[in-house]
Amino acid sequence: MPERLSILIAEDSAADRMLLSTIVSRQGHRVLTASNGLEALALFEQERPHLVLMDALMPVMDGFEAARRIKQSAGEALVPIIFLTSLSEGEALVRCLEAGGDDFLAKPYNRIILDAKIKAMDRLRRLQETVLQQRDLIAKHNEHLLNEQRVAKAVFDKVAHTGCLEAPNIRYLQSPYAVFNGDLLLAAYKPSGGMHVLLGDFTGHGLPAAIGAMPLAEVFYGMTAKGYGLTDILRELNAKLKHILPRGVFCCAALLNISFQRQEVEVWNGGLPDGYLLRQDGSRTALISRHLPLGVLEPALFNDACEVYPLALGDRVFLLSDGVLEACNAQQELFGEARLLRVLDASAGSLQLFDEIQQALHDFSGQPQDDVSLVEVCLVEERQLNRPPLAFADTGQSHLLDWSASFEFRGETLRYFNPLPFLMQLLLEVQGLRPQGGALYTVLAELYSNALEHGVLGLDSALKQNAEGFAEYYRQRSERLQQLCEGHVRFHLQLLPEGAGGRLLITVEDSGKGFDAQSLIQREMRLDRLSGRGLALIRQLSERCSAAADGQGIRVEFSWSPDA
Amino acid sequence: MTITSLPSSDGQELTIVIAGRFDFGAHQAFRNAYERVSSTPKSYVIDLKDTTYLDSSALGMLLLLRDHAGGDSAQIRLLNCKPDVRKILAISNFEQLFQIA
Repeated sequence: MPERLSILIAEDSAADRMLLSTIVSRQGHRVLTASNGLEALALFEQERPHLVLMDALMPVMDGFEAARRIKQSAGEALVPIIFLTSLSEGEALVRCLEAGGDDFLAKPYNRIILDAKIKAMDRLRRLQETVLQQRDLIAKHNEHLLNEQRVAKAVFDKVAHTGCLEAPNIRYLQSPYAVFNGDLLLAAYKPSGGMHVLLGDFTGHGLPAAIGAMPLAEVFYGMTAKGYGLTDILRELNAKLKHILPRGVFCCAALLNISFQRQEVEVWNGGLPDGYLLRQDGSRTALISRHLPLGVLEPALFNDACEVYPLALGDRVFLLSDGVLEACNAQQELFGEARLLRVLDASAGSLQLFDEIQQALHDFSGQPQDDVSLVEVCLVEERQLNRPPLAFADTGQSHLLDWSASFEFRGETLRYFNPLPFLMQLLLEVQGLRPQGGALYTVLAELYSNALEHGVLGLDSALKQNAEGFAEYYRQRSERLQQLCEGHVRFHLQLLPEGAGGRLLITVEDSGKGFDAQSLIQREMRLDRLSGRGLALIRQLSERCSAAADGQGIRVEFSWSPDA
Repeated sequence: MTITSLPSSDGQELTIVIAGRFDFGAHQAFRNAYERVSSTPKSYVIDLKDTTYLDSSALGMLLLLRDHAGGDSAQIRLLNCKPDVRKILAISNFEQLFQIA
């Protein structure tokens, strides 16, 4: 049963009007009648009928004008107008359609054809109605979605940008679209000085790709702030992503650990295109992806092996997302690595590298690329960076002042466990030490790596004099660490109240050989075993630094007074 | 993009041929290619000789297949990779999970 329609009949001849009304009512529709165009328009606006049967020639206002105005008044809704006409020449019929008519019906009226045309027009009218409803629904959904994305992006920006991307030695470029493509760039100061940097690229697009960024950023910032090393952070990131992401979603990423004091960079690349170490002298080392992306492997199978490279002041580490290499031109060619290398060749040492890459992409594809992430981190003197003081979550009301503690980390534990975050957490419970937290961390880190690398592992820092030796040093370090099953590093921590302030004594010992405790010269040598830089740092940052009283290790002191 | 799956006559191996771009648009078709087969093959061959492009979503789909085929015990070979495709597989170090030729 077709829907009952309300149909407006505009016809100046009373007889025709009567005839039509009868036919249309008998077909089950509600009828409204008007005897000229003006009446028809008024009635249309008042009653909003579904369909109009319109005589072309009428007094006061003719059907053409009335049709135009009714169409205007109907707006987006389709109100079909069927012209009733005794006109038969083509030109007149065209006028009917041009005025907005949808069809015409020749006089004298044929009941069957009129019925069929009303039904056909009703189908059209409903189609239009459905299309409009769906359009409005889509628009509503879209607005909803955009709003969700805005909120998500605001949260995302908060999470992602709590780090130190604005540090003077970092340059980066992230096109707006890149963020919603799942690109993520994070950087944070380590408590011991130096920086961690992460460039990540999640599979997929849009919100699903951006969602994994939240836990990634939280883990990265949280663990960096607590003093964890790159490998601990990598393991945690991989385990977390593996746990929460659906199968088939993962994060290609490169992580950097830059040490300004040791002038080194530690690199892990899993699934990002080659990054580059760009040296002052124009030479270049590729930082190759050697691992599966984060979130693919089970924690037990994950490989956290990093590579370490020496840096000189002014050397830069450059990372990029695949959006650069996969930029496409009209011939469906990819920009590719070869073209990128030509840009790098041409711009050796230039500070406008990003502009040059963007220009090359633009020249290649004929349009600006909006799926690009680039970051460049430069080795500078640490004092050029305005490092913010360490932040603490608690109010620091505790007054732990008078205690001592000793720890011995042995054999296999040294292989996997980094004791520094644990020790630092303990020491920074002492509120008076917090202002010196950064220095304390640096000194502990230097003492520990000295004890581990030179004492327990017996590595010779003289190796590190050139690039090959440098690589060899870290190869040996990782090899010996893997085989390590005996040896120890001891930390003795002693806190002493001193007036209203206090003093911290730290002694670090190791199981290293070839060391005569009684000999002053040997003591001096022991201090010199630190690479020159490490020793200088410890001396500079601690209040006092000496060979321990029994000669078994190195002792440093920090003190504070309440007004300091 | 067209994806065709061809079971071997004894049903022990399923060959999935991917022609054109292997990207997110292939998601449903690729799943159908290994889920809607009557046999349970022991091994899989992904033939990429006519694959012009492969993106990270496609890598994700390969991981899904690997899971479907038994995870670490899955036997999946990726054959006839063009240089561009091979490069993307190499960057992601997928040779640690798949046999790539």
